[in-house]
Amino acid sequence: MIRDFGITWAHRDQLLNGLANTLWLSLSSAALAFALGCLLAVVLMGRARPLAAAGRYFVDTMRCVPFLLFAYFVYYGLPSLGIRFTNWGAGLVALTLYNAAYMAELLRAAWAGLSREMIEAGHAFGFVGLNLFRRIVLPPVILAAIPMIGNQLIQIIKDSAFLTIIAVPELTHEASSIQATYFVPFAAFVTAVLLYWILCLIVEAAVAGIGRMAETRR
Amino acid sequence: MSVLDFLAILRGAVATVSLSLSGIALGVPLGLALALVRWTRVPVMSPIVATYVSVMRATPAVTLALLIFFALPNAGIEMDPVPTAILTLMLNTAAFNCEIWRAALVDFPREQLDASVSFGMGAALRFRRIILPQILRTCLPALVNEMSLLIKASPAVAVVGIVDVTRAAVRVGAETYRPLPPLLVALVIYGIIVAVFVLAQRKVEQRRITATAAA
Repeated sequence: MIRDFGITWAHRDQLLNGLANTLWLSLSSAALAFALGCLLAVVLMGRARPLAAAGRYFVDTMRCVPFLLFAYFVYYGLPSLGIRFTNWGAGLVALTLYNAAYMAELLRAAWAGLSREMIEAGHAFGFVGLNLFRRIVLPPVILAAIPMIGNQLIQIIKDSAFLTIIAVPELTHEASSIQATYFVPFAAFVTAVLLYWILCLIVEAAVAGIGRMAETRR
Repeated sequence: MSVLDFLAILRGAVATVSLSLSGIALGVPLGLALALVRWTRVPVMSPIVATYVSVMRATPAVTLALLIFFALPNAGIEMDPVPTAILTLMLNTAAFNCEIWRAALVDFPREQLDASVSFGMGAALRFRRIILPQILRTCLPALVNEMSLLIKASPAVAVVGIVDVTRAAVRVGAETYRPLPPLLVALVIYGIIVAVFVLAQRKVEQRRITATAAA
């Protein structure tokens, strides 16, 4: 057992590389998904009915589909429509689009909970359109949605493990390849699990920190 | 895509549903047991359960399935794909269920417990007659929600060789060189499964509303 962990330790740069890839994929797709989610939330809350219906359709579909199926769809399905990705690109696009739907839904929920008076006050001060959204709507919505966004980030980190199936060299993939070469399954996967755990603890700590900050600003 | 291909995907759906339901059937009571350990603050066990829940919450189902499938045989326990899949889904959902049950237990009104003690109820009777019926009702919506999340995590078990809806669809796509139709069929199947859960949840909620209105 000690020997197994020794072997895993000897290949730490491979695991750390996987961890870096997981981190990079998760963070960049989270950022993109958040931006897209904001756009989608505007569409969902907007007055353009057909657009809102289409947005709702997309969000509801994503919420029914397992991430892996969607990743397969992007990786294997889209090329037959003429859209081709590398496995990295497919992973990033799948993670981003899938989670954009969830981000949109939780931002929409937070937005729906926003008091009417605040927006009216914004109007009274002459805020309209993008300025109204950016200065009046978005800040309280984000602060209210931070815990859910944190949960979603954890979900993104976990979903990224599915990308091992389309051979993206993320953490689970690297652990798998170490275990396949040296047959140290317990040590390799337990190390991977611990690294995932540390990532999630960091996310949780960050969410708690931002929550405290939000509390003092209120 | 032929009828046979369609049937292959349907067979995958049977695997997805039966494995997920087994995971749920085992994971919900296990979650309750874990929650009770935390709630009653069993020494030594309680922090272990807390750590377990925290780790499980962070562990991707794929990684867990691989860990169970490859590491347990190392410890002398032979694991076939089906038990691995059920164990993975159970351990995964139990951690989330534990938090749901625990939230309800923590919110349980103190007066009712005091009243039941003054009626001379033992701990077991108190749990069975007073606590369980009530927390079952408050937890059900969250539990059903977690069940639909588990369905969405279930394709992870494909890594140990289970042919579920997702895997079956990808296989059909690889054989026919037309990946889109089987993937769309799989999408519809997942939609139906998740819709059943959502409808069940709505039904339960409605019954609860009418029950409280009648009371």
